[in-house]
Amino acid sequence: MSEATTTMAGHSQAAMEPSPFAIPSKKLVMWLFIISDAVTFGAILFVYGYIKNATPDWPEPFKFSPSIINVMLMTFILVTSSLTMLIATRAALSGDKPKAIRWTFITVVGGVLFALLHIREWMGLIEEGVRPFQNPWGSPLFGAAFFSITGLHLLHVIGGVVALTVVALGYKRGRYKGNDLEIWSLYWHFVDLVWMFVVPMVYLLNVAR
Amino acid sequence: MADVERSSMTTDIVIYLCILALAGLQIVLAYQHTEGSQLVIRMLAVALVQAGLAVMFFMHLRDELPGLRVALIPVTIFVLLMMNMFWSDSFRLLHMRPFAK
Repeated sequence: MSEATTTMAGHSQAAMEPSPFAIPSKKLVMWLFIISDAVTFGAILFVYGYIKNATPDWPEPFKFSPSIINVMLMTFILVTSSLTMLIATRAALSGDKPKAIRWTFITVVGGVLFALLHIREWMGLIEEGVRPFQNPWGSPLFGAAFFSITGLHLLHVIGGVVALTVVALGYKRGRYKGNDLEIWSLYWHFVDLVWMFVVPMVYLLNVAR
Repeated sequence: MADVERSSMTTDIVIYLCILALAGLQIVLAYQHTEGSQLVIRMLAVALVQAGLAVMFFMHLRDELPGLRVALIPVTIFVLLMMNMFWSDSFRLLHMRPFAK
């Protein structure tokens, strides 16, 4: 058998290989992306922890009203949007296209609301004089850490809103399948999951007493 | 089929309520006068439970093959733990030659 034939045979064998872990390749890729992104957020939160511990005059600026109430509302919206995404995914997998699209757009609205509340929170802090390398209360690193962590999370939310909109519209037009919506729902739940760590580390450990 | 879907939806709602309740618990913990490191440990413990619920039920990892869980979870935990160990250990370099003054 020639080398070319052997290579061809190898390729076709690879093409026939069952998908790893019995899930579609696209879903596996999303899981791998989520894992790498989790490590990215983990790294940033570790760095944040070290900086906070090493800095004696770390500010604790978050008052119950408006900051913590705002955070509670944002958490409620994000977790609820995960639930609406679950409803959308179930509808997509059972073939109920209109319901899946409707609930995906409800999720998108949740994401937009979250982003708006986040921007309002940022504007409030900016008005109080917080900048990436200065603030009126203490260590100048606070602003850099706060805006980096919450900014990266906000970027993920905005990315998720755009991705879900594109996939939902594509699903409506028949370009994407229900599985694609399920795969992007994983990303949306991940964004929710990251927020569960950002809230205690960034906000709740820095409440004003 | 409808019964299965309804029971799954019930599970989703229960998990959703649990995650919200745990978020509420974190707020309560934040306003207790707990010593710094204890507070961090408690907050992280609650966040880990929330994350576990989200991964297993919202992201349906519990419905996948055990192989996928084994391939994803221990590796992530290992990388995060190693990161935590090596970064804190790397601070020692600042007090060693040639950096030490």
